[in-house]
Amino acid sequence: MAAFEIGQAVKVRAEHPLQPQPVHIRTPWYLRGKHGVVERRLGEFHNPEDLAVGRYDTPEVTLYWVRFTMDELWSGEGTYGPSDSLVVEIYEQWLEADDDAKSRRAA
Amino acid sequence: MAERGVHDMGGEPGGPVDNHEHVPTLSERRVDALMQLMRSNPRSYWVVDEMRRTIESLTPEHYNAAGYYEKWAYALRGLLIEKGVVTEPEIDAKLAEVKARLAGQAEKC
Amino acid sequence: MTHDHEHDHEHEHHHDHDHPHDHGPFQPDIKEPTEEWEFLEIAMRELLIQKGIITAREVEDMIEEWDGKVPENGARVIARAWTDPDFKARLLADGNAGVQEMGMDLPGLKLVVLENTPKVHNMIVCTLCSCYPRTILGLPPLWYKSRAYRTRTVREPRAVLAEFGTELPDSVEVRVVDSTADCRYLVMPMRPEGTDGWSAEELARLVTRDSMIGTAVALNPEGARG
Repeated sequence: MAAFEIGQAVKVRAEHPLQPQPVHIRTPWYLRGKHGVVERRLGEFHNPEDLAVGRYDTPEVTLYWVRFTMDELWSGEGTYGPSDSLVVEIYEQWLEADDDAKSRRAA
Repeated sequence: MAERGVHDMGGEPGGPVDNHEHVPTLSERRVDALMQLMRSNPRSYWVVDEMRRTIESLTPEHYNAAGYYEKWAYALRGLLIEKGVVTEPEIDAKLAEVKARLAGQAEKC
Repeated sequence: MTHDHEHDHEHEHHHDHDHPHDHGPFQPDIKEPTEEWEFLEIAMRELLIQKGIITAREVEDMIEEWDGKVPENGARVIARAWTDPDFKARLLADGNAGVQEMGMDLPGLKLVVLENTPKVHNMIVCTLCSCYPRTILGLPPLWYKSRAYRTRTVREPRAVLAEFGTELPDSVEVRVVDSTADCRYLVMPMRPEGTDGWSAEELARLVTRDSMIGTAVALNPEGARG
């Protein structure tokens, strides 16, 4: 699994990288495909996707704090302040490096 | 792509927050206690992720209509059966017995 | 404990064979079971007791243990952090270790204490279910678990805050934290103005449960909403 650095631009995957999709998922729908920045590396934990179906001993995965701006999530359709943000714990298998981030910001 | 679960509701429309103070009823606290006793050490029949998965598998109609601890009660039922702690006929029979007993008591009052 | 005066309303206590009938203090919200799920709860509990998997005593003890977990416990942690900079630093660096110093823990979970500042106001939600620092603050309030809170907080935090009577200038960043995994969050509200020299015990009374979730700020010295 890729490791992400603090401050790295990441994108939340639209779906789990493996088929079939897990029965139990802890990456909310409203974050799928959204662009954020890694704020913290929280440690290694058992994957809830495995725990939920009785697989208690699979390797641990890394959990990250990822920060999103509200505009990124809602494009202005919400009730939030200009600098408001959202931080979510996301497991590593749901993140990919956002290589396009720099070019998007320049655009 | 898998469907969005009914529980996966962040960002969906919602009404005003009713922030009245609800004191948990005895039934609610009992469900909470039962769930904790069964999943925590030393019994550890399941982990919390399995409980969440079970709640998420309620039909959308049931999920939206049921109160919080009602969902837990049905999840507890499902997990007890899934893990072989009790059988479905056993729970069904006991439930019928409980209801008959309480209805009988109510009539006497 | 409180549950025993229900004996007058339902006789299922006859099946709690190893429990004596002591009558605790009146609890205003006691409600007779009337709904299907409540009968289901009774059935499951009796079945488990019959099978020797749990005892009635254990259920009562667990209820009593959780009745004792109240927001005041969290308030003591916050108040100590306000008055003891070294403890505050330890608490912010490692929430689990910090609360362990005060006799509390969060087994298997990572407690993250988030400090509110003049620049950042933290607000916690669990959109997927109801994750909450239960062992510190007790059972979560009903509204925290409601559809309205879980749907709207990530998208309309300021509108939800307004419904709690909390308004913040745009210069403050409202940081919504969606508790999706193994962390549990305790918000450290800002210490109110006009409390210089107050003891931790006095300060703890200003720290409400809602201020530790992030839907409110701490009370001001007059005891009114800040």
